[in-house]
Amino acid sequence: MMNFWAVSTEILILALMVAALAMDLILPKEGTRRGIAYVVISGLLATLVYTFGLYHTGPSMTFFGGLFIADNYALFFKQLFIVGMLFSVLFSMDYVEKYIESPGEFYTILMSALLGMCVMASANDLLTLFIGLELMTISFYVLVGQRMDDKDSGEASVKYLIVGAGSTAVMLYGISLVYGASGSLDFVVICRSLQMFFSIGLAGVVLVMIGFFFKLSVIPFHMWAPDVYQGAPTPITALLAMGSKAAGIAVFMRVLYTAFPLLGAYWLPVLAVFAAICMVGGNIMAIRQTDVKRMLAYSSIAQAGYMMCGIVSADIAGMKAVMFYAMLYVFANVGAFAVLTCVETMRGGTTHRHMTGLAQSAPILAAVMTISLLSMAGIPPTAGFSGKIYIFTAAVERGYLWLAFVGFVMSMISVYYYLLVAKAMYRDLTPEEEAENTAVKIPFAVRATVLLSVIATIGTGIYPELLASLTNLASQTFMR
Amino acid sequence: MNELLKLVHGVVNWGMDTAESMNAGVLIDASVFYALMWVSVLAALGVVLCRNVVHSALLLTASFIGVGCLYIYMDSPFIGAVQFLVYGGAVAILIVMALMLTRRDDMAHSNLSRSLFCQAGAAVISGAFFLCISVASLMTQFREMSAELGDSVTGLADMMLTKYILPFEVAAVLLLIAMIGALVIAKGAHES
Repeated sequence: MMNFWAVSTEILILALMVAALAMDLILPKEGTRRGIAYVVISGLLATLVYTFGLYHTGPSMTFFGGLFIADNYALFFKQLFIVGMLFSVLFSMDYVEKYIESPGEFYTILMSALLGMCVMASANDLLTLFIGLELMTISFYVLVGQRMDDKDSGEASVKYLIVGAGSTAVMLYGISLVYGASGSLDFVVICRSLQMFFSIGLAGVVLVMIGFFFKLSVIPFHMWAPDVYQGAPTPITALLAMGSKAAGIAVFMRVLYTAFPLLGAYWLPVLAVFAAICMVGGNIMAIRQTDVKRMLAYSSIAQAGYMMCGIVSADIAGMKAVMFYAMLYVFANVGAFAVLTCVETMRGGTTHRHMTGLAQSAPILAAVMTISLLSMAGIPPTAGFSGKIYIFTAAVERGYLWLAFVGFVMSMISVYYYLLVAKAMYRDLTPEEEAENTAVKIPFAVRATVLLSVIATIGTGIYPELLASLTNLASQTFMR
Repeated sequence: MNELLKLVHGVVNWGMDTAESMNAGVLIDASVFYALMWVSVLAALGVVLCRNVVHSALLLTASFIGVGCLYIYMDSPFIGAVQFLVYGGAVAILIVMALMLTRRDDMAHSNLSRSLFCQAGAAVISGAFFLCISVASLMTQFREMSAELGDSVTGLADMMLTKYILPFEVAAVLLLIAMIGALVIAKGAHES
């Protein structure tokens, strides 16, 4: 029968969404919409605490006939999305007040995007996966275009819509071929179906993978990412980089490991090559960027490459490494984008020029930005270092020495462009710049966000066992 | 008069017999399928190749209707009806409405067409894809699908409200959000 405990997290998020919509209706028309943000933040916090109680060691709950599964793996990713969303709402309150025309709807659609991510993480059949994916991406099409005063935002939204629709079509075609070959949408049945070895099944798998590559902006399917990341409102860029990408990774891993594991001999080498292309291409293209948002877009392509190294390992160690890395990437992104959002609200832009002199006017922000970027580059003692060690050791143990080598070299190269930002913030100023260097007022919420993100980044770097035990539990119960 | 009728009877009977001997049922089946297929495919090709975007829109509708007929031909009358109503009706009208909003004096060269090089590239890529998929489907032995989806509305409703209840409910949220999003974007910026 229907087990509503299995969807309790989703129900809570849906309730938050409805609450945001209703509050927008009830609150006085000209008044501030900050109250909605507070309700959303406290609701998300409560949901986060609640989800810790759902971790289990026995069999996992399913909603109806096993098509929606609330296992530890899904739970971990749901917590990741909730953490990312929580901090994004927290650090973007001033930004929303300044730039977003209809904040009530903005928060509502944020919640629906989160709901879509959670459905994706739990999906155990291709239909649920597809609906979750569409809920998330359609929410993001709207969110990307929310800067009504900015032409780039509208352009980014349309671009995202067209490319997204195309990739959806590709994936849907692949799903229909897989269904035609295996006769089912259920991952477990697809896995057992020998018909998948026929060429039409393989063609379906290829198309589904291409669809995922579009969503994860894997090179050469990345054309949309830089423009969309740059044009989107900064908090939305943050969510695209950590939430949307992690949701894609989560469901991609589940599809590969539970629906197509027998075809591993076909997709593993392909995936390894694409991971390498991502790491090389993303890092090299990021070097020339002067807009920090655009730079982070290219860097996120490279980060997807690192995570795919872990997927290629296809064992408990690799899976654990990917989950660990996805979480610390959220911590680093929260720090970096909180600073960017604050800078954009105060100074109106996110290029290197806008970052100049931040070390004098707001030393906390400059420090947090540097630490977050170093974590993305994988410099000890930040969390990025332990994350990359997990990923590369997992890859080496499965015989992908060359892949780990490529990843290692490209991480070293990435330090260069991350440090360019640090240089812009810390270099000595000319007298004219000194005069222009206005003080940056940091709101309390941003201060709290950046401090928490830095504590999480450094803390996980020095003492990774806490997070690692959680990822261990999730990956071991998944692989069982 | 009777003579004439007899003659007609004779001709009809002869025709029926010949048809029977040529296995006409299969023949007609196949010809209906191929006719519908060619209508949809040629119309779709016309959408891409037409210089006038209004013609493209009309051909797109023709393609939708062809696909709808194919659904009916393949024993899914409900899906076919939905295809007619939603695509052949609503979507087609939406597209034409959108075209009317983008007014220009001459519609002759309104469809965006790139250089010959780009067109050739697109043709090669889509041709290669078509070749791959058709070879793949020819190499596959399809088995008879048990009609899990059901060709009746009842079967469809059963699936939606039992096995796939969750995607169904999430789709409701999806539609709500799509509507809210469309409203927010359509409202645009405040004049200030």
